[in-house]
Amino acid sequence: MKTLTHKLTMTTALVSTLLLGAATAHAQPQAEVLHYWTSGGEAKAVQALKEDFEANGGKWIDAPVAGGGGDAQAAVLRSRVLSGNPPAAVQIKGPNIHEWAATGALGDLTAVGEAEGWDNVLPPLLQDIVKYDGKYVAVPVNIHRVDWIWANPEVLAKVDAEPPRTWDEFNAIADKLMAAGITPLAHGGQPWQDATIFETVALGLGGAEFFNKAFVEKDPETLKSDTMKKVFDQMRKMRGYVDADFPGRDWNLATGMVMRGEAAMQIMGDWAKGEFVAAGKKPGVDFLCIPTPSNGGYILNSDSFAMFKVTSADDNAGQELLARLILGEKFQETFNLYKGSIPARMGVNSDKFDECAVKSMIDLQASSEGGELVGSVAHEIAAAGAIRGAVLDVVTEHFNSDMTSEAAVERLAEAIELAE
Amino acid sequence: MADIASLPGGNSPWRSAGRFGLYFLLISFGAYYILPLIVVLSTSFKDLDEIRNGTLLSLPAEINLESWRYAWSEACIGVSCTGLKPYFWNSVMMTIPAVLISTVLGALTGYALTKFKFRGANMVFAMILFGCFIPFQVVLLPMAQSLGFLGLANTVPGLVLVHIVYGLPFTVLFFRNYYVSIPDDLIKAATIDGAGFFTIFWRILLPLSPPIIVVTIIWQFTQIWNDFLFGASFTTGGGQPVTVALNNLVNTTTGVKRYNVDMAAALITAAPTLAVYVLAGRYFVRGLTAGSVKG
Amino acid sequence: MTNSMTEKSLPAKRPLADWLRWNVAKLVVAPTFALIIFFVYGFIAWTGYVSFTKSKMLPTYSFDGIYQYVRLWKMSTWHVAMENLLVFGGLFILIAIVLGCLLAVALDQRVRAEGLLRTVYLYPMAISFIITGTAWKWILNPGLGLEKMFHSWGWESFSFDWLINSDMAIYTLVIAAVWQSSGFVMALFLAALRGVDSEIIKAAYLDGASLSRIYLVIILPTLRPVFLSSFFILAHMAVKSFDLVVALTGGGPGNSSIMPANFMYEMTFRRNQIGLGAASAMMMLATVMAIVIPYLYSELRERKHG
Repeated sequence: MKTLTHKLTMTTALVSTLLLGAATAHAQPQAEVLHYWTSGGEAKAVQALKEDFEANGGKWIDAPVAGGGGDAQAAVLRSRVLSGNPPAAVQIKGPNIHEWAATGALGDLTAVGEAEGWDNVLPPLLQDIVKYDGKYVAVPVNIHRVDWIWANPEVLAKVDAEPPRTWDEFNAIADKLMAAGITPLAHGGQPWQDATIFETVALGLGGAEFFNKAFVEKDPETLKSDTMKKVFDQMRKMRGYVDADFPGRDWNLATGMVMRGEAAMQIMGDWAKGEFVAAGKKPGVDFLCIPTPSNGGYILNSDSFAMFKVTSADDNAGQELLARLILGEKFQETFNLYKGSIPARMGVNSDKFDECAVKSMIDLQASSEGGELVGSVAHEIAAAGAIRGAVLDVVTEHFNSDMTSEAAVERLAEAIELAE
Repeated sequence: MADIASLPGGNSPWRSAGRFGLYFLLISFGAYYILPLIVVLSTSFKDLDEIRNGTLLSLPAEINLESWRYAWSEACIGVSCTGLKPYFWNSVMMTIPAVLISTVLGALTGYALTKFKFRGANMVFAMILFGCFIPFQVVLLPMAQSLGFLGLANTVPGLVLVHIVYGLPFTVLFFRNYYVSIPDDLIKAATIDGAGFFTIFWRILLPLSPPIIVVTIIWQFTQIWNDFLFGASFTTGGGQPVTVALNNLVNTTTGVKRYNVDMAAALITAAPTLAVYVLAGRYFVRGLTAGSVKG
Repeated sequence: MTNSMTEKSLPAKRPLADWLRWNVAKLVVAPTFALIIFFVYGFIAWTGYVSFTKSKMLPTYSFDGIYQYVRLWKMSTWHVAMENLLVFGGLFILIAIVLGCLLAVALDQRVRAEGLLRTVYLYPMAISFIITGTAWKWILNPGLGLEKMFHSWGWESFSFDWLINSDMAIYTLVIAAVWQSSGFVMALFLAALRGVDSEIIKAAYLDGASLSRIYLVIILPTLRPVFLSSFFILAHMAVKSFDLVVALTGGGPGNSSIMPANFMYEMTFRRNQIGLGAASAMMMLATVMAIVIPYLYSELRERKHG
């Protein structure tokens, strides 16, 4: 009985929609959003987007699938596309956007982009990511900086350490800390965390040109170069600065070690800030954010939503509305305050952001102008799934064994070649 | 009963030493089995500061039920801050039909394969059994295409179908091994009396089956309730089963972890299967026992 | 063991009724069989075909030869995964059966609180690793769990660092997997033990046979179907081990504890290499077949003559 009534209501609703639709020819924007921001500050950030979307007359269909930075979501997305009904908006990042666009699965947002003047407000690196064939197929949400050292000032003070400006200084501080019986580096032994350290070292020792030549152009000479060997040498040193129990540790437990003073520093993206703030710590007082040593470099990580091809007018209207809102100044501010990142569009007022975020904004501008801005490998910006995976495999294997740097560079070149 | 203690001559000093060893063995393994549950439970009762201060295995300073309440009715999963409550019902809707249908099909198939053996019945059984081994990750993509083709993508019936199919090898295995041990004479006698296939099943086999039905239902219920991969891939949004909601609650990529809420949510999710094992555990063993009518 | 009815033993007097009866059986099996043929074997065939293509982001269907297999076997991670499957699978099945059997025999000795103990042994089967994974990780982590606990109790030399040791991490997976399923195996054996005819045991006992002899020579051989069921339940868990690895080691340290199911998932969904993922899936299935088919063959053949 219940189902029958339900069916009847549904039919009535359907008929009236059709009639109304025919009468006004006006689409009701709706969007099913597949994302992996499902808890804590991330969920709050998405909530803000949903409220905005609904306030503008849209109907939000939430499809959250969490797990390991989108691992589970990647499987879900493929099943949805293969079963013939992709979600309207999907959280995908970096070169994966291009790979999906190449299959012809993505829609086109160029009209909205032109109307909103995205070409003028998005940093060029982000434009490259979200455009395919000159058309906008996705919208970026935020910018995370990856190359941060999160440090406990009290612990650093114990050995009279200044924030390091070069990797040699970093090593000197770490050696002093070791001598004082303090773990210099809090680290979680998971491939992506190993790679996070690796890429900050690679940028620091090699610079942006080397970084891009190795990981974006996949140049075998660069991959086997002496500079790359030096990078692995430094990784071997880093391995010595980590405590014995690091394998498998979650990044936030490592952050906890810094907070409690059990370790001096952690190298991690700016989402680590959320963990400090949640524990009631103040930036600049209870913890420091120091860019990892490099020549004015900046490693960027950015989340974005790709718009899949949909057929109904409602869905199309939904995608356009969503895209417009995501890059709007208001949402960029609210969202990134929740998320700990900085806005993807330039020129958003920085008054409400804390000092780490402000520093991130200033440095982004500077390194973009100085040509030292690179996309993250560990976080799938510079390289797509297969190449990133190959780098992760070798880096993590080197870090967890006694492989020599010579062997590591050979393996790296081989793995990257095999990955394509 | 293989009860040696009741045998004559079982009283000697050796015996009490043996009993001591026996209990030592039983209790130390009991500790091995119970430890993870204690860790999960005690963490769910702590507050976040206590956890952050580092001793993860210690018992809670005081029992704090806050995180349980939060996980059940307030925690945000995606954009809706409803806790796990609504997802529970989704799981029930999906689990019940899938368990019942796969059990019925398994019973009939097991019966036909043992009591009305046709040529190649063992081969058919072997082929069905091999289905146990197909990793679910492998079938995800062709299944998505098939469900899309059948018009069942992102529907509860679609998900139920998936669970039935991949539960069948197990239900057939259970019923077949159970029915093999029921004497064929019973069926022979009924056949001579002129009873047909379904009459025999209904009148003779089914009344003997409750034990194995309990076993099968417990098994299937656990497997289907605990499934994550299919639930995540073949449902969306508000229709997701509770395991997917749990995963969404617990797994955060770059967010702050609240272990007490995570653990409470995990226990809430596991509550039905835990209850089934604790309450029906006795029938479970009894059911399996009744299955082996042999000498 | 009783004889199943075979076609030969039937009375040949009522051919029509017989014909109908045999076909009823076939018709009843048909839906199940059809579902399995399509959703298991059909999908295996699909995967097999895709493994010979260059499929990346989405499956494509232009034939490309054995390129993916060549690539697969060049990858050191895959070798590690296959070795891990053999080590893990072998140890896990063996230990779970031995332990399950041992606990069942122990519980069968009229112990107090049998119901409680049985529940404690059995409950892990009710919970998935999504739920207990974190707890296991803490327990096995030397800095957080058991090692720290024993140290704080004054046993300073106690060391248990398998989780963070590349050579030993795979064994922590065995510990957790045995924890989850040995209770279930125990229940299967316990049930079967309860079904053993006590007269036979009494007779053997009075003949002077020792307790261990009675179990090894008289009781265990009658439990063959239980071994079969246990083997299947455990083997399927070993092959499908995925959640366990994700929850406990994440495949680490390095890639030292990765299993084929994880490799396949990673390639297919994370690295956009569907063809390579399909090739790895086919290799997994081939391995399973190599082990399972001989066993099934011997079991089912014997049953016929038994």
